[in-house]
Amino acid sequence: MVEWTDSERTIINGIFANLNYEDIGAKALCRCLIVYPWTLRYFGAFGNLYNAEAIIANPMIAAHGTKILHGLDRALKNMDDIKNTYTTLSELHSEKLRVDPDNFRLLADCLSIVIAAEMGYEFTPEMQAAWQKFLSVVVSALGRQYH
Amino acid sequence: MLSKKEKELIANVWERLTPVADDIGADALLRMFTTFPGSKSYFSHLDLRPRSPHLKTRGKRIVLAIAEGAKDIDHLAVALAPLQTLHAYRLRIDPSNFKHFSHCMLVTLACYLGDRFTPVMHAAMDKFLSAFAAVLAEKFR
Repeated sequence: MVEWTDSERTIINGIFANLNYEDIGAKALCRCLIVYPWTLRYFGAFGNLYNAEAIIANPMIAAHGTKILHGLDRALKNMDDIKNTYTTLSELHSEKLRVDPDNFRLLADCLSIVIAAEMGYEFTPEMQAAWQKFLSVVVSALGRQYH
Repeated sequence: MLSKKEKELIANVWERLTPVADDIGADALLRMFTTFPGSKSYFSHLDLRPRSPHLKTRGKRIVLAIAEGAKDIDHLAVALAPLQTLHAYRLRIDPSNFKHFSHCMLVTLACYLGDRFTPVMHAAMDKFLSAFAAVLAEKFR
């Protein structure tokens, strides 16, 4: 079981409390598709994704980014059992969506960077460490049902 | 790998960062030590607490080396030759730490540049830092 200090719980809850899901979710997914273009392979049905401008302007990507970010709410509400919280979602990504689980880490890194750009130096090293610890637990949970 | 436009963008950004090399470098290092505590093992001889002068000195040295490499990306191995030897035969840093540092440098740049750290700039910077780290590790084996 993952141990969380009080400080880490406060930091993570604080980040979510101030999160604009539509803005940050969209930005994080767009950034992932632009910085790591091989992730585009999972979005064949999303319309025009031919260049960075098209990706950023694509409303389906923006909506999907928001959806993904809301998916993290589950982990926030169940921080002491993130592993089991994502069993079904992990199966979905493995069996149906067939997403390489290494890609989860790439999206997580992009999300951290979008939050850093949003918060500036308020995103302190301590906050970054707690936030990345949280995301790495989520990423690990999402990869568990791959066999 | 890097287009002409990307190389110009990268050279431009690092030139603008040179005057604040110590702040940028110290911030990236502190982020790495906080998020990836294993990386501290290579710096047991330094004071790694926030605002430590050691962080600023070391951070500045690293940022200036990266900025120097950014001036002539096509010939990174030439600029990095002495540092390659240092990292391979003396420091012997596990190369996974280069990835950790690159990521933290990207976070620092995001904090410093905000919206100006666009996805396109991020992509170019990530490619450059990966190439830099790869050249730095060339003599490891």
